[in-house]
Amino acid sequence: MTETLTGAQITVRLLERQGIRTITGIPGGAILPIYDALSASSRIRHVLARHEQGAGFMAQGMARVSGQPAVCLASSGPGATNLLTALADAKLDSIPLVAITGQVPRAMIGTDAFQEVDTYGLSVPVTKHNFLASSADELLEIIPRAFRIAASGRPGPVLVDIPKDVQNQAIDIAEWPAPGCPDPVPAVAPGPIAEAAALINAAARPILYLGGGVIHSGAAGTALQLAEQASLPTVMTLMGLGALPVDHPLSLGMLGMHAARYTNLALDECDLLIAVGARFDDRATGKVTHFCPQAKVIHIDIDPAELDKIKTARVGIAGDVAKVLAALLPAVRPTPRTAWLERVESLKARFPRRLTHLDNPLSHFGLIRCIAACLDDQAIIATDVGQHQMWVAQAYPLRRPRQWLTSGGLGTMGFGLPAAIGAALAEPERTVVCFTGDGSILMNIQELITAAEEKANIKVVLMDNASLGLVHQQQALFYGKRIYASRFHAAPDFAGLARACGIKAVDLDHHPNPCAGLLDAINARGPWLIHASIDANEMVYPMVPPGAANREMIGH
Amino acid sequence: MNATNRNEILALRRAILEIDVNNHPGVMSHVVGLFSRRAFNVEGILCMPVGGGSHSRIWLLVNEDGRLAQLIRQLEKLEDVQTVRRHGANHAVFERLEDFFKA
Repeated sequence: MTETLTGAQITVRLLERQGIRTITGIPGGAILPIYDALSASSRIRHVLARHEQGAGFMAQGMARVSGQPAVCLASSGPGATNLLTALADAKLDSIPLVAITGQVPRAMIGTDAFQEVDTYGLSVPVTKHNFLASSADELLEIIPRAFRIAASGRPGPVLVDIPKDVQNQAIDIAEWPAPGCPDPVPAVAPGPIAEAAALINAAARPILYLGGGVIHSGAAGTALQLAEQASLPTVMTLMGLGALPVDHPLSLGMLGMHAARYTNLALDECDLLIAVGARFDDRATGKVTHFCPQAKVIHIDIDPAELDKIKTARVGIAGDVAKVLAALLPAVRPTPRTAWLERVESLKARFPRRLTHLDNPLSHFGLIRCIAACLDDQAIIATDVGQHQMWVAQAYPLRRPRQWLTSGGLGTMGFGLPAAIGAALAEPERTVVCFTGDGSILMNIQELITAAEEKANIKVVLMDNASLGLVHQQQALFYGKRIYASRFHAAPDFAGLARACGIKAVDLDHHPNPCAGLLDAINARGPWLIHASIDANEMVYPMVPPGAANREMIGH
Repeated sequence: MNATNRNEILALRRAILEIDVNNHPGVMSHVVGLFSRRAFNVEGILCMPVGGGSHSRIWLLVNEDGRLAQLIRQLEKLEDVQTVRRHGANHAVFERLEDFFKA
């Protein structure tokens, strides 16, 4: 049956056919035809953000918990530019997004029309791919392709810019294209698998190094099997946390700038590094020439451009990590590797992770552990960016993939609250905790109103040190204690501000029983803000000074 | 490019890349953007449609330094890039153009 539909209606229908059920965004002049078509959809629910960056991060939250591409909408000009940070963040963390932006009509492109900006040009470096639609007919190809690209191989954000006249153009449609699906993963070549297995079997002091790619490819179970079969002490990147339960005997937790000392020291001694879905980010490796100086490297990644980018691999395998690890398992000899595990244990004992004041819920680690004690592994843990993020990465018992949502590569303050709302939209039955700081939350505080409107089951834990904590820390340690532009001399009453936005709030500072206050907030359904003051002079320790080798850690 | 310049070019170690791409308005910005945002200078660019016009071929004259292999891998990841071939600096494509670039 032939239907006559506009570009806007085609776009909405293609999104429905793609299985999209929740979209975030903000309307504006150049995208109103799509919003009008969306108003007629009974299958897609639109969540109105209060800033396009919030809409972008909500979509990220949905994508991060589900692993499926999520969609956000914005209008032309400032709507599109406000999305860019969320797109860049998704690019660096390999998160599948499809962003749809309105554009001025084709005839007005290039005239400096009202709210015209070169969205296509601006989004080139921050997306995996982008499109400027030139006809309604072309949308039938572009939109399924955008989903295919976003979800294939190494995932990433795709932007589709649609001029208003293309949205209004009506065409006859007799047949719909198939929804865009990820490309099949490449077959695993047996040669490199045998080489990698031989290296693992011959290694005396191997370490498994898991990155975000393990989460994206659903390889956590296989990685755990490999670690146990070959007795491999295992480190995780910030993006890889949750791949292995952090309390597993083989887990050495997060590596790099804020790792436990024993973790970086074990890496310093390893003779084989098995990097899986990790990209040797500078926050993980420290001074890269001094990273794992004795180790041969096996590097497995879906993105061939990551192999040999930072560190040359003895064996580089471009492939889906779940498939490669599965192929590797039968070739890897079960080994107790007693001497190396004992050595790692002695490093753990001599250079332990020091988590101070765990019994005091008004200290940073105490608060994190108190919240963990209120929750089980079903909870989702989101963070913003800063000291609180590193403390949570160090102290929260993360135990499952997709439990942990954090802005790793771009390190975007303002990520946490909207990402947590997105996670709650995608998985409404779960409790979503968003650890944030007073600097970070102010960067997207307007989304508290969205959380109230959506009754999102989020618990915003605000660790307030009236500072930009990591800046303060670097100034204190590396800039002669010249604290400049990193203290806030004025601050809102955050609990009052939350209440003004329609969110319940509890302030732990003067609470007669902080633990009970926390438990009430976490157990009550719906959005809450939990405020706790933190000492601005607390540091994230240990720390590798920027540019130093990972073994040169300062602090305990 | 006079004779001295050509010797200088060879001394600087150039490479020539031959890139087959889909032909649409955004392709050039995707390709050259990869170079510019890595502060990697592109010394020469040629681009013409090939076949029926659905595809184009881009020729780039670039400095050969340690980052080139990584750049080629990034180029190969672009959606609109089909193939990338690498040639030495003595490839004829830019040499024959020299007449058009005399001062």
